[in-house]
Amino acid sequence: MQPFDYFSPKTLPEAVEILSRHNGDARVVAGGTDLLLKMKGGRLAPKAIVNIKRLAELRGISETSNSKLQTPNYHLPITTIGALTTLEELRRSPIIRERYPSLCDAANTMASVQIRNLATVGGNMCNAAPSADLAPIFIALDASAVIAGPGGERRVPLEEFFVGPGKTVLESGELLASLEAPPPVGPSLYLKHSPRAHMDIAVVGVGLAAQLSGGVCESARIVLGAVAPVPLRVRRAEAELIGGPFSAERIDRAAKIAAEEAQPIDDVRGAVWYRRKMVEVLVRRGLTAIGGIEN
Amino acid sequence: MPKFHLSLTVNGEARELLIDPRRTLLDVLRDELDLRGAHRGCDSGDCGACTVLLDGKPITSCMILAADCDGSTVTTVEGITPAGGLHPVQKALVEKGGIQCGFCTPGMVMAAIGLLNENPNPTEHDVREGLAGNLCRCTGYKKIVEAVLSVEESKA
Ligand SMILES: Cc1cc2nc3c(=O)[nH]c(=O)nc-3n(C[C@H](O)[C@H](O)[C@H](O)COP(=O)(O)OP(=O)(O)OC[C@H]3O[C@@H](n4cnc5c(N)ncnc54)[C@H](O)[C@@H]3O)c2cc1C
Ligand code: FES
Ligand code: FES
Repeated sequence: MQPFDYFSPKTLPEAVEILSRHNGDARVVAGGTDLLLKMKGGRLAPKAIVNIKRLAELRGISETSNSKLQTPNYHLPITTIGALTTLEELRRSPIIRERYPSLCDAANTMASVQIRNLATVGGNMCNAAPSADLAPIFIALDASAVIAGPGGERRVPLEEFFVGPGKTVLESGELLASLEAPPPVGPSLYLKHSPRAHMDIAVVGVGLAAQLSGGVCESARIVLGAVAPVPLRVRRAEAELIGGPFSAERIDRAAKIAAEEAQPIDDVRGAVWYRRKMVEVLVRRGLTAIGGIEN
Repeated sequence: MPKFHLSLTVNGEARELLIDPRRTLLDVLRDELDLRGAHRGCDSGDCGACTVLLDGKPITSCMILAADCDGSTVTTVEGITPAGGLHPVQKALVEKGGIQCGFCTPGMVMAAIGLLNENPNPTEHDVREGLAGNLCRCTGYKKIVEAVLSVEESKA
């Protein structure tokens, strides 16, 4: 590892000031489970490391009343998930378990307990690996990124947060403070395909959420992981479902369209044709299961 | 590069150290504090041989900067072993034949203790999940799982 200056600010303004002063040469460290690997491997050599684990503002899972009258279920609270929430805290949280069980399912598929006790939700987003397991499901749940920076706070739909592999909309001096999830509109699900049940990253990940009423699909979000440079919403597949019966034929058509929309690459984990096929299989399987939850 | 002043409580003892900020917790335990129980297998979070408890929770000590642990409490395998005796998890591993070369054992012990602290009555599934991040190159998984399950039985 190359030498670096180490900072451990106690307040958010202090952290933002240090990051701004270094103008892109500083890196935030949260759990460190992605960052340390890159630094040990020489793929990253920041001049400064800013430990954000002392920032109380970035901790905790809480519910706040929803003031956005245009959102569905606006009488229900919004859930704020601090960027420093560990994967283990996420999967054990009673709020998450009750309101967004699909997030627990996603966290359950990730790494080992030793890594989950270190790794954070914010790190999983900001590392911006195309295979990051929490991204597709948070996007399916219509989450927003709350970003803190020199100009104060701004919100970005999580869908627009990712720019490319390892790249996000975060600018110099900014950090991810939390994710906000609106009230769930209906059942959701995360399915991950990888050769091993544990300690393996996704060959394909699929996040699904739907709003069904009386067998009709009012809304649907289908988000794919590990098959494009960023987590990918497949809108043509969604459109195939919305406004009609949630039938086996329509689900099958949506699954095939999702496979067409995927933009996978060949790598050691899977070939293009295989990833496409698995997108189809998982989308079909997941939507069928969601139909079952509604009934 | 300036040194970092690190305060840690390790196995019940307060320690003050001046360290290079690049050192991981595993580096500091092994090289500065002479605690060689946590092993370096992969140095990349994959094998679990470096597992210790950080504020009571099992973590891979190779994947965290020591400076990030400032003010924390660390427990290593040396800290759970009573003088002249064995911790119940260690005893169970010996009795059930859960130790072969022993390289993975300290990590297995600490991961098992982390699991049993949270969940004193784990099922076989719970034990396999709890140890999913610990590799045994001698592949003695079955007996390791049996040993951890027998700790629970002997306590009941
Ligand atoms: C053995 C092992 C298994 C793994 N398994 C999985 C898996 O199954 N699925 C999966 O998706 N990932 C997996 N990972 C990857 C990693 O653990 C996760 O992506 C984790 O959530 C990263 O979080 P972190 O807090 O450790 O990030 P860090 O390493 O601290 O940070 C990652 C990046 O994000 C930046 N960053 C972190 N937090 C913020 C913030 N709040 N604001 C701005 N920037 C920030 C950092 O500067 C860095 O560039 C695994 C890693 C290991 C070592
Ligand atoms: S040495 Fe830390 S996990 Fe292998
Ligand atoms: S006993 Fe040899 S590595 Fe597990």
